[in-house]
Amino acid sequence: MTELADATRTTEPAPAGARVGLEGLVRTYGATRALDGFSLAIEPGEFVALLGPSGCGKTTALRVLAGFEQLDSGRVTVDGRDVGKISAQHRDMGMVFQSYSLFPNMNALNNVAFGLRMRHQHAAQRRQKAGELLELVGLSDQAQKYPHQMSGGQQQRVALARALAIEPRVLLLDEPLSALDAKVRAELRDQIRQLQQRLAITTVFVTHDQEEALSMADRVCVMSAGRAEQTATPATLYSRPTTPFVAEFVGVSSRVPVEPVNDTVTLFGESCRVRPSDAGVPTGEVDALLRPEDVTVTLDATAKPFVTHKSFLGAITRVIVQVDGVAVRADVRSDVAADIELGARVRLAVVSRDVLVARRAPARPAPTD
Amino acid sequence: MAALIPDVVEDALVIVEPPSRRRWPRLRVWRAVVLFIAGAYFLIPIYAGLRFSFENDAGHLSLYAVKAIPSEPGFSAAFWLSMRLAVVTLALTLVLMVPTSVYVHLKFPRLRRLLDFVTILPIVIPPIVLILGVLRAAPLWLRASPYLLSLVYVILSMPFVYRSLDAGLSAIDLKTLVEASRSLGGNWLNTLWRVVVPNLRSALLSATVLTLALVLGEFTMASLDLWTTLPVWIYQFQQVDAHVSTAVSMVSLVGTWLLITLIVSLDRSQSRRARRRTKNS
Repeated sequence: MTELADATRTTEPAPAGARVGLEGLVRTYGATRALDGFSLAIEPGEFVALLGPSGCGKTTALRVLAGFEQLDSGRVTVDGRDVGKISAQHRDMGMVFQSYSLFPNMNALNNVAFGLRMRHQHAAQRRQKAGELLELVGLSDQAQKYPHQMSGGQQQRVALARALAIEPRVLLLDEPLSALDAKVRAELRDQIRQLQQRLAITTVFVTHDQEEALSMADRVCVMSAGRAEQTATPATLYSRPTTPFVAEFVGVSSRVPVEPVNDTVTLFGESCRVRPSDAGVPTGEVDALLRPEDVTVTLDATAKPFVTHKSFLGAITRVIVQVDGVAVRADVRSDVAADIELGARVRLAVVSRDVLVARRAPARPAPTD
Repeated sequence: MAALIPDVVEDALVIVEPPSRRRWPRLRVWRAVVLFIAGAYFLIPIYAGLRFSFENDAGHLSLYAVKAIPSEPGFSAAFWLSMRLAVVTLALTLVLMVPTSVYVHLKFPRLRRLLDFVTILPIVIPPIVLILGVLRAAPLWLRASPYLLSLVYVILSMPFVYRSLDAGLSAIDLKTLVEASRSLGGNWLNTLWRVVVPNLRSALLSATVLTLALVLGEFTMASLDLWTTLPVWIYQFQQVDAHVSTAVSMVSLVGTWLLITLIVSLDRSQSRRARRRTKNS
């Protein structure tokens, strides 16, 4: 029985996957620097998400790791060995693509067995293993179906089985859920995470969807302009962002103009410490970045701030309060928010005693969510 | 009612009446006329050729011309030469054009326009100019071989073959398929053979049919290169026996048609088998 099949039958994780190192990667396309000194160390068996807006270089980083892109400079290592000169064919990395990538001329079973065929495994052996993999992704009844006869979700599950069939040292997922509808996406997200944990394969997952990244990954690397802004666990990334970009890209933040004095700022009449940031404390005009859950709202008829919007989100309601021409978002328990009418005068306070500040951004339209 | 509506308004009502009832029959008539003219344009020469093939010198119905074909001097050699040239040309064209088209699509997509232009040149340049140039430039040993014609036919078939392949390659997500194959351990040859080519079946079929039709019907170059291919033999034998010569034309027309039908039906039966396999599973 194969190592992979054994791993799927036990609750204990299999031996950890490979250690991956991306060191100072630079890749340019004409005048554009898609990767600008990008570095990341991935532990064996770890699930790391590369998160960032379009054009931040996350897919380029993944393609460099897969061997589909050449580097201008930098180093890619797998278990300490430089793989820069090794072609994609010999890197032993399973990849699931954003677009449906199953071979249209092969049924699901033959698609999964393709990598094994390239490794010259016997027909019976590869059929058996491909069958096991299809069972693993819950598609053993679809083995004889061709890609055009399967749904998008089924195709991506077959693509996942195909990538796992070669027992890759690293599993690369290039936005595999982006073409799927919300329900299928959530199901497949859970399935990928469960499989990755059972098989303990080092996995790199590229996405622009922060919900996906935060819910699936052990660590998330937020990228911007070809660089890693911050790499941390989802909880740290959300609660302790080290750069203004991360604070605004991950989760929701409100910008409130403040004046720093000796590393402190005054927010809603209370003094708060300025949290040290990777970018240092900016000088000149700055804004405090506040999470909605860090702001409390209390009804006070004598206060100036007033409520402009309310969005019911289940257990909580997001309230937008106008303070001196600035919109501040605050999350309030829905039973408490029921008493807060639109236009009501409220008093705001900050829960956290240290806040992240950033150079003032150009004026933007008021948020409505 | 009519009395209440002034004449002008009544006329207007007639004009805005839905046009379908009045216009459709006229359109159907025109369609039938166009179809009839086009059909006649294609079928009358074939009918005339068939009729002439089944007549003797006295103008009576006879099978003598058809029966005489295999035994006529030079026919067999010309037939097999045309077949050999067709196979060699097809093989050369596909071996040259498939990897080239794939490579351009993958690595140099901007060159597609240039290739479009280059591959159309054989249509613009008259065959007589092309063959005279080739005959002047080719080394003696190659001029002595009939396969020089195959090399020239490769150039002649390029416009059709490239366009078929280009359309086929544009219809698939080539980059992703190739990268998927490479990441699974497939080398370039395996990727081309097992992943790309099977997904270009229709494009390859179309390229094959066009190349075969072109080679089996080409006259000018073969004649100037002094090789008696089937079309050259038909032309030459016309002066000996026009009935037999026309019969060979008809047989070659039907033969080419059968060959194309066979290739297309093979493709269809393969698709049907695949569908049946899926249904049974």
